[in-house]
Amino acid sequence: MRLSAVDLACRRGGRDVFSGLNFALASGEALTVTGRNGAGKSSLLRLITGLVRPAGGRLALEGGDPELTIAEQAHYLGHQDALKISLSVVENLRFWADYLGAKSIDIAGPLEEVGLAPLVGLPAAYLSAGQRRRLSIARLIAVPRPIWLLDEPANSLDATAARRLTDLMRTHLSGGGLILTASHGPIGLDSARELRLGDSQ
Amino acid sequence: MTSLAALLVRDMRIAVRVGGGALIGVLFFLIVVTLTPFAIGPDLALLKRIGPAILWLAGLLATLLALDRLFAGDHEDGSLDLILTGRAPLELVVAVKGFAHWLTTGLPLVICAPLIGLLLNLDLPAEGALTLTLLAGTPALTFIGLIGAAIAVMLRRGGLLLAVIVLPLTVPVLIFGVAAANAAISGPVPFGTPFTILCALTLASLVVGPFAAAAALRQEIE
Repeated sequence: MRLSAVDLACRRGGRDVFSGLNFALASGEALTVTGRNGAGKSSLLRLITGLVRPAGGRLALEGGDPELTIAEQAHYLGHQDALKISLSVVENLRFWADYLGAKSIDIAGPLEEVGLAPLVGLPAAYLSAGQRRRLSIARLIAVPRPIWLLDEPANSLDATAARRLTDLMRTHLSGGGLILTASHGPIGLDSARELRLGDSQ
Repeated sequence: MTSLAALLVRDMRIAVRVGGGALIGVLFFLIVVTLTPFAIGPDLALLKRIGPAILWLAGLLATLLALDRLFAGDHEDGSLDLILTGRAPLELVVAVKGFAHWLTTGLPLVICAPLIGLLLNLDLPAEGALTLTLLAGTPALTFIGLIGAAIAVMLRRGGLLLAVIVLPLTVPVLIFGVAAANAAISGPVPFGTPFTILCALTLASLVVGPFAAAAALRQEIE
C-alpha cells in the first residue's frame, strides 16, 4: 500500500496554507509532519481525511481497497477526542467501533490496551484529559484501518501512556500500516521520516 | 450493529440522559399549554376554539428547543468530523439523526397531547383528531429543522438563528396542521382535505430535509 501526494495545495479562508507539497508513504512507514504554528500540519491531515478539499494537486492510494475512499481506510485522531460526556467509556468506544464498521465486537481488548479497563462503566464526563485521549486511541485498535492520521497524538498523555502509544504505533507499522503524525515534539519512532512544512515562506 | 443503527441508539441515549433534550421539550410543551388557560381565563368556548392552535404552537417551539444541539454538539467535541468520514452516506446519517430527534422530542409530544387536551376543554373526538395531526405533522417540523440545524452548526449560539431560519419554513405545516384539527372539531371542511396536504408536506420534508442539511454540513465543515 502506498499513499502519495503530488503538488498538493491547500487554501483556507482565502489564505494559501501550503502548495507544491509532495510526499510518498508506503506500508510500514511513518511520516512526522512538523512546522511552525499555522504551517498547515492539521490542514494536511484534514485534507487527507477529505474534510478539506485540496486547492490543487492530488492524493492517491495504491494497493488499498478500490471500493473505499482514502478517508474510509484511515483513522483520524484530531485535537478533539470525539467523546460524548453523558455516555460511559464502553458506550463511547462501542459506538465508534459500530459506526466505523468494526468486524469484531471485542471492546474489552482495546480498553485493556490503553489501560482503561477498570473504568468501563464511568461516564466520559469524569475522565481526565489524558484518559479521554487514551479512550480515543482505543478506537484505533478496536477498528483496524491501514492509515493512521494522528494530530498531536501524545497531547496530555503522561510518560507511560506516551510510551504505550509509541508501542502501538510500532505494532501498527509492523503490521503493514501507514502513520502520518503532526507533532511538535519527537514521537519516539526512530524510523519516522520528517516532512517540514512552511520553510519556503 | 450497522453504522446507522449504532448512530440511532447513540443519539437516543444522549437525548434521554442528563443534559439531553428529550425531557426539556416535553416539559416546555406542558408548561406552555398549562399556562394558556391561566392567561386567557375561564372562557371554555374560547379555549376550545383556540386549543388546537395552542397545542401546535407549543409543539413547534418545543421541537426547536433541542434542535440546535443536533449537529452543533457533535461539531464541538469533534464527533462530526469522524461521522463525516464514515462509510454511511451523509444524507442517511442526517436522516437518522433527525429520526432519533423525532423519537425523543416529537413522539413524546404526540403521546402527551391527548392528556393535556383536557386542559383546553377538548372533547374526545377532537383530541383524537388533534393527536393524529401532531403525529403526521411533527416529523415535518423536525426534518425542516434539520436544515436550520445544519446551517447554524458553526455558531456558538446558533439557537436564535435556527429559529429565524426554521420558523418561516414551518408556516405551511402549522396552517394545515391546525386546519385539519379544526376541521375535525367544527367543520365545515372535511378532515381529510387539510390532513392529506399535511401528510404531503411531511413526506416532502422527509426527502428534502436530509439532502439540504447534508449539503449545508459539507459546506460548513470545509
